[in-house]
Amino acid sequence: MSKGRYGIHGGQYISETLMNELDNLEKSYEHYKNDPEFQEELNRLLNEYAGRPSLLYYAEKMTKDLGGAKIYLKREDLNHTGSHKINNVLGQALLARKMGKTRIIAETGAGQHGVATATAAALLGMECEIFMGKEDTIRQALNVYRMELLGAKVHPVTSGTMTLKDAVNECMREWTGRVNDTLYVLGSVMGPHPFPMIVRDFQSVISREAKAQILAREGQLPAAVVACVGGGSNSMGAFYNFIEDKEVELIGCEAAGKGVDTALTAATIATGSLGIFHGMKSYFCQDEYGQIAPVYSISAGLDYPGIGPEHAYLHDIGRAQYVPVTDDEAVDAFEYLARTEGIICAIESAHAVAHVRKIAKNYSPDQSIIVCLSGRGDKDVAAIARYRGVDLHE
Amino acid sequence: MSNETRENRLKKVFDTPNQKAFIGFITAGDPTADNTVNCIFEMERAGADLIEIGIPFSDPTAEGVVIQDANVRALKGGMTTDKAFDIVRRVREKSDIPLAFMTYANPVFHYGYDSFCARCRKLGVDALIIPDMPFEEKAELEEFTKKYDVALISMIAPTSESRIRAIASEAQGFIYVVSSMGVTGVRNEIRTDVASIVESIRKVTDVPCAVGFGISTPEQAKAMASVSDGAIVGSAIVKIVAQYGNDAPEHVYQYVKSMKEAVLNAPAAAAK
Repeated sequence: MSKGRYGIHGGQYISETLMNELDNLEKSYEHYKNDPEFQEELNRLLNEYAGRPSLLYYAEKMTKDLGGAKIYLKREDLNHTGSHKINNVLGQALLARKMGKTRIIAETGAGQHGVATATAAALLGMECEIFMGKEDTIRQALNVYRMELLGAKVHPVTSGTMTLKDAVNECMREWTGRVNDTLYVLGSVMGPHPFPMIVRDFQSVISREAKAQILAREGQLPAAVVACVGGGSNSMGAFYNFIEDKEVELIGCEAAGKGVDTALTAATIATGSLGIFHGMKSYFCQDEYGQIAPVYSISAGLDYPGIGPEHAYLHDIGRAQYVPVTDDEAVDAFEYLARTEGIICAIESAHAVAHVRKIAKNYSPDQSIIVCLSGRGDKDVAAIARYRGVDLHE
Repeated sequence: MSNETRENRLKKVFDTPNQKAFIGFITAGDPTADNTVNCIFEMERAGADLIEIGIPFSDPTAEGVVIQDANVRALKGGMTTDKAFDIVRRVREKSDIPLAFMTYANPVFHYGYDSFCARCRKLGVDALIIPDMPFEEKAELEEFTKKYDVALISMIAPTSESRIRAIASEAQGFIYVVSSMGVTGVRNEIRTDVASIVESIRKVTDVPCAVGFGISTPEQAKAMASVSDGAIVGSAIVKIVAQYGNDAPEHVYQYVKSMKEAVLNAPAAAAK
């Protein structure tokens, strides 16, 4: 019987060699999920090490400027290591250790998940190897050095398009060869079951906090929650506890790259179709024969040809909507947020900010919108400078 | 006899008493469709009992570097699922050798399970091997492989352990025993206790077992065949194609001949 389904999506489309290990992971997770000691240890790490709860910041200047809903920023960029990725990584690394693993491996796109994984490995005394598309090691050279500083070994992946999907391929290959002492710490709500569930659960702390924070502040739920979507981990975390609140709009912002009518895009819901890849049934950018399409976005973290199965399901049932945001719009929003609020956010998160700039005025001032600021933008400064024609050397 | 009315050819792969099978793999369209067709004929002439034709996929996560590169060459050369079917059509004009397709779930899903399996039946593809479609997920495809009498091959890995019973009990055609952890590719040494895996399978089913992953030398082929019903070789053949390109067929013939001889010399008693 197929497991881990979200409507028609999800499942475990993976080589037989990994099936027992996935089963093992699922059983361990189900056990520790309900283990008070594990939860206490994780909460302590999240609060005392990662800096949770993250702030829900009222962006007053932005609100006034856009003239509509009150804009709140969920500041995942203020977490230790600078993004939401640490939420999931601390959970999975702790789980790995409980399972008796001594080594963790992970893929990374922008480098944020890689840095978070290397950080957790250093903290918990585990061996760590990170797989990163060669293209991305160039775009995010600083993060490569960061991971190395943290004691991780970084493997530049030279197969395929040399970006995030190829890093996932290589990680799966590596894990297939060595499961006994190794856990693949998957960074997004994707892959074969139980990963979409585990990552979503660990990231759902974002919406658990945000819901309590907005209720305390506004006395009512937000009109909308907006987050960027690649594989979809920060958005799933930001959406999850609001799914039951039907009046809250959930909006995922996909990377449209140069535009959804061009080949240079990574907007899966806008341009993809149903398929089976990376262990899951979901929507993917692919050609007429089911070959996975080379995708493009200025953001290495959103440069992925698929979307997590639970997002695909939320799209199918109309509970969440997914909108494309171009490179140009994201870069403008990146600069806008820096000037308006004094916050340099990740180019990934800037996709969500860009969409809020478009829709804020459609709401009234007694409504609010929560934007998940998934990460900070230090890593992107050089790339944005290059985008603007400034020759900046890191 | 038309393909639609004849019996599935897989039955004859393992039907010679006391003789082990040699199964060869080649990537469709590497570097050209002509080369693939010629290599298949040469493998048959050299004594191969079954040919696996790989439909290239952009992201072959179960493959090592050798077959990954072959996928890249084939896709660059314009190979598609339809063109892979055309390779089968050309082979079937002259040959009745058992054929399997090996590819990933997405190309088959995207083609449409029904259309894909119907076409397999029509053109004479006897089996399907999909490494990213394990036991738990096979039902959606099996509905159609059964409808069109195409065997959906089950894989059993060194880590399968308690899963062997369930997998083996539903296996058809033959069981693909994965010799080693990791991805496909030539290995110096196979450390897994393949004999005991086959033994566990034998407790459940009489479906033949062929061992693949990592086999490249006649010695390895003989050793693996001696504890099973046959040896599967992929990367070593693909390496020859990579080296000789369109001149590969005669080299593939020589190699497969030596491997088939080694398999024939494997002691017959151990398995069944």
